[in-house]
Amino acid sequence: MASLSRDEVAHVARLARLQLTDEELDTFTPQLAAILEHAADVEALDLTDVAPTSHPYPLKNVWRTDVPRDACIREAVLTAAPSTEGGMFRVPPGLGEAP
Amino acid sequence: MSTAVEIAAAVRAGERSARSVVEEHLAAIDGREAELHAFNLVTAGAALAAADAVDAKVAAGEDPGPLAGVPIALKDNLCTTGIPTTCSSKILEGWKPPYDATVVQRLTEAGAVSVGKTNLDEFAMGSSTENSAFGPSKNPHDPTKVPGGSSGGSAVAVAAGFASLALGSDTGGSIRQPAALCGVVGMKPTYGRVSRYGLVAFASSLDQIGPFAATVADAATLYEVIAGHDTADSTSIPEAVPSVVDHLGDGVDGLRVGVVKELLDIEGVAPDVAARLTAAADALSTAGAKVEEVSVPAVIYGLSAYYLIAPAEASSNLARYDGVRYGLRVDASTTGEMYDRTRTAGFGAEVKRRIMLGTYALSAGYYDAYYGKAQKVRTLIIRDFQAAYERFDVLLSPTSPTTAFTLGAKADPLAMYLNDVCTIPSNLAGHPAVSVPFGVGDDGLPVGIQVMANALDEVTMFRVAAALERAMT
Repeated sequence: MASLSRDEVAHVARLARLQLTDEELDTFTPQLAAILEHAADVEALDLTDVAPTSHPYPLKNVWRTDVPRDACIREAVLTAAPSTEGGMFRVPPGLGEAP
Repeated sequence: MSTAVEIAAAVRAGERSARSVVEEHLAAIDGREAELHAFNLVTAGAALAAADAVDAKVAAGEDPGPLAGVPIALKDNLCTTGIPTTCSSKILEGWKPPYDATVVQRLTEAGAVSVGKTNLDEFAMGSSTENSAFGPSKNPHDPTKVPGGSSGGSAVAVAAGFASLALGSDTGGSIRQPAALCGVVGMKPTYGRVSRYGLVAFASSLDQIGPFAATVADAATLYEVIAGHDTADSTSIPEAVPSVVDHLGDGVDGLRVGVVKELLDIEGVAPDVAARLTAAADALSTAGAKVEEVSVPAVIYGLSAYYLIAPAEASSNLARYDGVRYGLRVDASTTGEMYDRTRTAGFGAEVKRRIMLGTYALSAGYYDAYYGKAQKVRTLIIRDFQAAYERFDVLLSPTSPTTAFTLGAKADPLAMYLNDVCTIPSNLAGHPAVSVPFGVGDDGLPVGIQVMANALDEVTMFRVAAALERAMT
């Protein structure tokens, strides 16, 4: 794997919805590259016939009995929100003003 | 200072009031908290009220619970109704959960008294508590040193006598490593033994809540209170939890103990720590155990696999912090810009690093090379552990490669990650493991020995831990 470039870090930051300053890009790029370099031992292994483990135990779906219960905590949830209106979360416009 | 078991017995018998116990611990907090910063929040008023409720139960002849009047400190990533739960992050500052974590509920029912919420590395990402947005905690044995992390505040609270017990969470060693560095007992249960409901998620396939205590018996008692099936956590194990406390005195005669060769040879294990491991192996041998060296080859890939899997899960889990429903919001003219500004202002550097690392490991073109490969390594580690557990009842290693290091000494993220090299394999496998204090290193600071066991075998793990503790007293 080629080592991580500054542009790739900037791209990943955009995907993760983080804004990085030039200074942060300079700091993070070599740090992340060093961590990925350490992971090169894993990358080099031939694991063709090995099944992946996503979870320590075999999981099966769990059902609960279908009975009504008091789960209405809307007021409590909305109390924690930065902004609400009419019993809903309020956010700025999705698209913003036309240019 | 009395142990938790002694306190509960005295309170239950009406020989001591829960209030006096809690007052004594609040006084200890007053004495050293400014210096050590174990807590993000001390809930003195609520603690005294809870203590009074325990005393009222005793007076009324009702059962006050197995942990009656025992002061406990809670890692600040465990949800507590109406009490701020910050994860030591600016992005959750001021947030008050509308519900209790299952473990918190069980503690309340057991009569334990919470004295506050403890400091951690932001979102449990770190090994020193230096990544806390509210400043680091300090090691009570030497305040120029770190207490370890991420559950550093919980380890400090127990080591400094601020609380008899504490809860932490362990994703890659975050209970065991600070326990080792602070000279207390810290245990990670089998994945699924303890409900994760109400634990703020970091890496969901690895996270597990567990106890801190000054003694093995106290840790075992707390483990029994919090363990057991919970319908609110779909990964919770339905099987009944056998008593570990009943077997603490069983001894180790005839038990087969394997010293993991790779975790002694691995990068960075200090000679004084290695010497303590040898001493621990000898002590178990003297107590009647059959001790041998064992090879678990795939554990050497644990660190690399962990630092792909945990950030990948974290990048997904932490996507929820977007300024919409709770916590910090930095306003902007569009929703997208609001997301970006909120996350940029709210997360610290280490959390950003891990989110980016995880996003990268999961991104198109790299998924198979990184995340996919790491998941396969996880299979190898489980397979190698299974082979070892066919020949051995428990496995032994250092908990941390070194004793507590100086604050600021590990500014390089990779150097910090290497602290977790011995603890990570148990998380990847989902197995239980405990760190037991076993003497000191050349610098006079505590050394912890890690006892690992197969899935669901907490009983044998605690038996060996108790034997190590007896060997030291």
